[in-house]
Amino acid sequence: MSPARPVARVRVPLTVVLSFAVVALVLSWSLVPDLFTGQDPARGVPADKFRGPSGAHWFGTDHLGRDLFSRVVHGTASSVTSALIAVGIAVVVGGLFGLLAGFLGGWTDTVLARLVDVLLAIPEFLLAVVVVSALGFQTINAAVAVGVSAVGVFARVMRSEVLGTRRAVFVEASYLQGGSRWHILVRHVLPNASRSLASLAVLQFGYSILLIAALAFLGFGDPPPASDWGLLVSVGKDYPLAPWLVYAPALVMIATVLSVNRISRWLRKTD
Amino acid sequence: MAPQDRLTLDRAEPQAAPVREPGSLLRAADLSVSYGHHQVVSGVGFGLSHGESLALIGESGSGKSTIARAVLRLGTGRASGRVEFEGQDILSLPERRFRPLRGRRIGFVPQDPGSSLNAVRTIGSQAQEAAALTGERGTAQRKELVLQTFAQVGLDDPRRVYDSYPHQLSGGMLQRVLIGLTVLPRPALIVADEPTSALDVTIQKRILDLLSELRRDLGISLLLITHDLAIAAEHADSLVVLKDGVVQDAGPTTAVFSAPESDYTRRLHADVPALNPDRYRHLRTRRGGEPKIEVSGVTKVFTVEGKPLTAVDDVSFTVAAGTTHALVGESGSGKTTIVRLLLGLEEPGTGGITVAGEEVTGRSHASLRSIRRHLQLVYQNPFTSLDPTWKVERLVREPLDRFGVGTRQERTDRVRAALESVGLEENLLSRRPAALSGGQRQRVAIARSLVLRPDIIVLDEPTSALDVSVQAGIVEVLVSLQAELGLTYVFVSHDLALVRQLADTVSVLRRGRIVESGTVQSVFDSPQQTYTRTLVDSIPQGFA
Repeated sequence: MSPARPVARVRVPLTVVLSFAVVALVLSWSLVPDLFTGQDPARGVPADKFRGPSGAHWFGTDHLGRDLFSRVVHGTASSVTSALIAVGIAVVVGGLFGLLAGFLGGWTDTVLARLVDVLLAIPEFLLAVVVVSALGFQTINAAVAVGVSAVGVFARVMRSEVLGTRRAVFVEASYLQGGSRWHILVRHVLPNASRSLASLAVLQFGYSILLIAALAFLGFGDPPPASDWGLLVSVGKDYPLAPWLVYAPALVMIATVLSVNRISRWLRKTD
Repeated sequence: MAPQDRLTLDRAEPQAAPVREPGSLLRAADLSVSYGHHQVVSGVGFGLSHGESLALIGESGSGKSTIARAVLRLGTGRASGRVEFEGQDILSLPERRFRPLRGRRIGFVPQDPGSSLNAVRTIGSQAQEAAALTGERGTAQRKELVLQTFAQVGLDDPRRVYDSYPHQLSGGMLQRVLIGLTVLPRPALIVADEPTSALDVTIQKRILDLLSELRRDLGISLLLITHDLAIAAEHADSLVVLKDGVVQDAGPTTAVFSAPESDYTRRLHADVPALNPDRYRHLRTRRGGEPKIEVSGVTKVFTVEGKPLTAVDDVSFTVAAGTTHALVGESGSGKTTIVRLLLGLEEPGTGGITVAGEEVTGRSHASLRSIRRHLQLVYQNPFTSLDPTWKVERLVREPLDRFGVGTRQERTDRVRAALESVGLEENLLSRRPAALSGGQRQRVAIARSLVLRPDIIVLDEPTSALDVSVQAGIVEVLVSLQAELGLTYVFVSHDLALVRQLADTVSVLRRGRIVESGTVQSVFDSPQQTYTRTLVDSIPQGFA
């Protein structure tokens, strides 16, 4: 029974602002990498190999004298896009599963629920490895694999949200005002149920970046000279005397994932 | 030894000698409480003597509960000023020295008994904790004490209650248990925060009577927090009327009632249904035409855990066009099931329902849809009946869109007209429910049910989730719409005072059966059944 209050302006904490800035930077790296670095990620200057971080090479250079900052920036597109694909698959397929199971109930629910149980029973990473082995070693396949492995979680969350919303009083009200099942599903249940799916999707985006990087690290992604973040770490670990080859891409990854998680938590709180 | 005597004998060593002067027990002066930068209570002062009762009255957001919490030092807000209890300023007391007072000297009866007890422990094991506050050491002696108190607060079978889990008891019994646990350590003061708002009317009356009785017999002072002026008038010696954290009126009950100082108190007084039975008489010209709704011999049996449960048992009533028929009963009396049967949301087992000459029972979905154009429902809780993701304009337009009424422009016009008729400004059109107050939301819900221009509106406790003054506004809208459009209402309620204000005929329900029906006047003036008489008696009389 809250008294009438004007819509309060949402106060955004500083960490959230910073997180948005990091995510915006990473997204623009993936869209227009050339704006951020003048150097060719593939051109190596052998004389400059294993240079530490400096004004000329922010993240230093690798064993072929290639500029690491440029490689990280140019590798962003592949890492971010594949994470987006993974989230997309999880949201669409998982969301649809959950929506149908929750709304139709009965047999549909039973069958889909068992399917989701099977998906959830297999460890995510193992499932991703199996899928990517079947499809072939490519970053895009790794993305599909990560997406498939997350379908179960999304289906379950969506189902419980739909079950809750379906019994809401306003849904019955709409039915009494002549709303058809389809109308109620699309206009009332879906928008309400997808709220919590949105914050989960943001969280999953960060997790997908990690998972895809892990797959790339193990060699399940595109082979070199691609410069996925996970691959950069994987290659860099062979040169213990040039630790920046591991630290720089890893720190970029950590910053991105932390920012995304912070945003997700904030979204869930503010609703 | 009767429990009564035992309890009175137990009034062990009073910690402060009782001094009979106003405000001798509890005195608040210049009390302010703020949450962050938001001040919710400003400069409030009041006094309470031994054995007296004081009511803090106000609507939601008036700061009355905040004051109660400040007295108990349970609030999270920052309190300044003075609150003296038995001559000691408790606001400045360190927590270590206040803790012995809370529970022992100052008891607290919460609003919702259901959520105030631990669901996974028996009543007895929780009562032991309260009994420990008396200083009694032995478990058996404590149990004895608890059982006696339970008998004292009117629980019929104290032993069964002692061994029960909270979910095995009704709301009224739980509230008695809580009151029992509160009086057990023999406090000097009980703070009761809306102790009956979650309970049925007849139980409400009994709980309030119990509190008054305990006050009289045991000399426990009572600080009663309530939104209901009529209840306060019946049970308090003096009143403090609050609005937005500021005292509007204060003084002995008789004085505040006979000569209220502030406009707010006067308005509040006018808004309480129990005190103004004839408020809407001038708007209600009796029409009484053709029967619009006919319900004959309807029975509905649900199967609950394999056992049949008769929710509605051989119910019949007729509603004449342009009149208001009230369905009255406590929770579980079958009111809601009758509403759902009327709207075709449930099929009756036997019997028939006719709405505007058309049979509701045994129809297909499509033909039910055509009936619903003439029959709309306003839900009890406007906080759940509006889709939070939709804007007001779309919410009200939804029925028009679904039934494909008129052109786009006509629909827009009708939405605006409907909002205007319930007294809402046009600038609310683009707001979402979260940005509206409870009263505004219920007005939107009423506008939504009006927009199809139905003949009949079923009102399922449309004001029970709202404040008294907001309720008065909604009722005013409903009554004038009826006068203007000749609407027929089915009004479901447990609030008899409200029914007396706006209904023409009434059916009193108990356990799925109609125990009494007739015109409001005849049923209220000369109830034939004992149950009806109990209900009518439970209407607070206010200050007689």
